[in-house]
Amino acid sequence: MDRHMNDDTLKRLLGPGEPEVLCDECFERLDEYVELELQGEPADERVPGLRAHLQGCPACREDYESLRAFVQGS
Amino acid sequence: MSAAESEHQDALADSDAWLRALRQPGAERDRAIARLHELLLRAARFEVSRRRAALSHVRGEELDDLALQAADDAIVAVLGKLDDYRGASRFTTWAYKFALLEAGVRLRRRAWQEREVVLEPEVWPLVADAGQGPQGQAEANELMSAITDSIDCCLTEHQREVLVALALNGVPLDVLSDRLNTTRGALYKTLHDARRKLRAELATRGFALDSI
Repeated sequence: MDRHMNDDTLKRLLGPGEPEVLCDECFERLDEYVELELQGEPADERVPGLRAHLQGCPACREDYESLRAFVQGS
Repeated sequence: MSAAESEHQDALADSDAWLRALRQPGAERDRAIARLHELLLRAARFEVSRRRAALSHVRGEELDDLALQAADDAIVAVLGKLDDYRGASRFTTWAYKFALLEAGVRLRRRAWQEREVVLEPEVWPLVADAGQGPQGQAEANELMSAITDSIDCCLTEHQREVLVALALNGVPLDVLSDRLNTTRGALYKTLHDARRKLRAELATRGFALDSI
């Protein structure tokens, strides 16, 4: 049986091509990152490696999207 | 004082007030815990509402209960980690992430509760999707073939199982960590190491992966 691939699958398979933090550090700094983003501050510079992790980890990405949406709407 | 500075001062004062109230013994602490629990429950319910479409088969009462469990566990986590709060964000933003994490994990696990997670150590041939012209298709298929081969030759059996389950079969990280009796962090580290090996092997074989 074959598996059909597209760019998204390829990204899931190979992950981000740059240094990333892992899940524990991502969770630790997620609140800071979200607030920096919402304040228009350079979040990626201040919390390096977190953006790459969010590209590679769907679970942390969902947590990030929820926190951002909830804080923005509060 | 600019609007941004004033907002920052408000956030600091608000966070200090939360910390003082939660650290003070007696009735004030109890009231603060109750208020915080209310906020965390609101965050957990928000998460439930975001994912409701994927859980249409689950009764509303069960989802309400799930949100309450998430808020209960989140408040225990927040109170246990108060000394870890560094003031890098508003106290409430810091606390919300615990409720959203607890709710998200529960909801992903609930969505997969009746589904079997089959761990496949072998990778079937990967074929590129059509629609990129004959030459593009040939190059893509060459890459797919190299990926299949590299997964097979360079990864451990555990790395292969984890990579296939997470990246190809779409099993959520929390669901797999639960089934394998490990943590999200440990499992992601396995995925991370497998991806690095895979990228290194593909680079050795001459594939340019900078754009991926």
